[in-house]
Amino acid sequence: MHKETPKINYTDKVIEIKGLTKSFDENDILRGVDLDLYRGENLVVLGRSGTGKSVLIKIISGLLRADEGIVNVLGQNVSKLTPKELQQLRLKLGFSFQNSALYDSMTVAENLEFPLVRHQTNLTRRDINRIIDVVLDAVGLAQSRDQMPSELSGGQRKRIGIARTLILKPEIMLYDEPTAGLDPITSIEINKLINEVQRRFKTSSIIITHDLTCARSVGDRLVMLLDGQFQRQGTFEEVFDTDDERVQSFYNYNFID
Amino acid sequence: MRRYVTTRRLDRAFLELYRIYSFIIRFFKEAFLPPYEFKEIIKQCYEVGVRSLPLISVTGFIIGIVFTNQSRPSLSEFGATSWLPSLISIAIVRALAPLVTAIIAAGRVGSSIGAELGSMKVTEQIDAMEVSGTNPFNFLVVSRVLATTLMIPALMIYTMFVALMGAYVNVHQHELTSLTTYFGQVFSAISFLDIFSSLIKSFIFGFTVGMVGCYKGYYSSKGTEGVGKAANSAVVTAMFLVFIEELLAMQIINAIRAM
Repeated sequence: MHKETPKINYTDKVIEIKGLTKSFDENDILRGVDLDLYRGENLVVLGRSGTGKSVLIKIISGLLRADEGIVNVLGQNVSKLTPKELQQLRLKLGFSFQNSALYDSMTVAENLEFPLVRHQTNLTRRDINRIIDVVLDAVGLAQSRDQMPSELSGGQRKRIGIARTLILKPEIMLYDEPTAGLDPITSIEINKLINEVQRRFKTSSIIITHDLTCARSVGDRLVMLLDGQFQRQGTFEEVFDTDDERVQSFYNYNFID
Repeated sequence: MRRYVTTRRLDRAFLELYRIYSFIIRFFKEAFLPPYEFKEIIKQCYEVGVRSLPLISVTGFIIGIVFTNQSRPSLSEFGATSWLPSLISIAIVRALAPLVTAIIAAGRVGSSIGAELGSMKVTEQIDAMEVSGTNPFNFLVVSRVLATTLMIPALMIYTMFVALMGAYVNVHQHELTSLTTYFGQVFSAISFLDIFSSLIKSFIFGFTVGMVGCYKGYYSSKGTEGVGKAANSAVVTAMFLVFIEELLAMQIINAIRAM
């Protein structure tokens, strides 16, 4: 799939991470990670399961605390923010969860409305409905307004999950395994949607995946997480142009001849 | 590698105690500060209160009948069956109604809160609320704990009435006592302190059931097993705490009565 060249500002870092470490009990997951995300860029973080990719974006969004290191998001050090400041910062972050994390006791419209009415209290019912229609249209699911999450397919749930994050117009999108568990055709649709979101909403994104088709389709730059550190970085071709067995086996596992 | 202050187990036990303490303190902080989730509180009050009515009605009524039936032989040995309404009313108002309501609530509401929040935790719905800049604690925990704290006392009053009616059916069947005479004897046996102390106890029981259910669900471990454990542990812990609280309350109220 061909991707339009996005406008990336390589002088404007929206996320800056230095020397990030994180352990769970005796397991050192991240061992000194350095990472920059530039405005307008889609950055793909590749790595095998359990290498700490999801932990990384959970630290960025303040869901987990780093053991050591600095995580600056939009110029603010996440670990030093008060709960109120963190809540304000999160309004500029969109997080698309691996399993969509839709509120299963609410309809699609109520899911979308949930963050909106809590942060934009001056909206009328008409405004709310209009905004919901806009984001549902953006993800191509205008007809699913009154459905329950249990009535949606995996791909539709992902789209609604993305729509729910877009409703607050975030500057940064964090996608956790956006194509996991989806069939190839639905995966391609999600990849197109990620590129569409980047273009239409002018977001900068980190996409966590181990799906190389997704990585190639959506990534402007790729980094590979190996042994708790980023070992490879560049375009898709640059990352895999190596004799490193670990990188090659990751590639071969995705594209079995 | 993580270093432990004491041992791994002891560190975890202290961490758990600290987490419970912070959870309770956070509830009191957030319950009185805006934003208020009125819609969710009313929804939860309906879930806890109205939805519990059928079970409470049947249980309360049967308890009234059974307790009266079991007490009659002992009293009739002394020819004191006329004391039945007084005995029953004291037992129901002082202990049975608050306890039975709290235990039913722990089983029905506590487990459902534990399972609901546990499953929301496992499916990352709580994380999703948090990253969307919404306070999940306020929306999920404060609303549910307030609902149980407010509705369980109301249900307790209802249980009292239903159990007393059940007892009346039995008393009327055997002694042919009229409703007016029966309730006359009931109200002459109980005091304001009896009803007031039961109400206070029910507020505490309600708070306990809601708090335990929410805590267990909110901090449930990952996976479907975690959800089951959260629901189960919410019921067991809440019931255990309710009995302990009843024991302590009884001592305090008896001391007040003796003054």
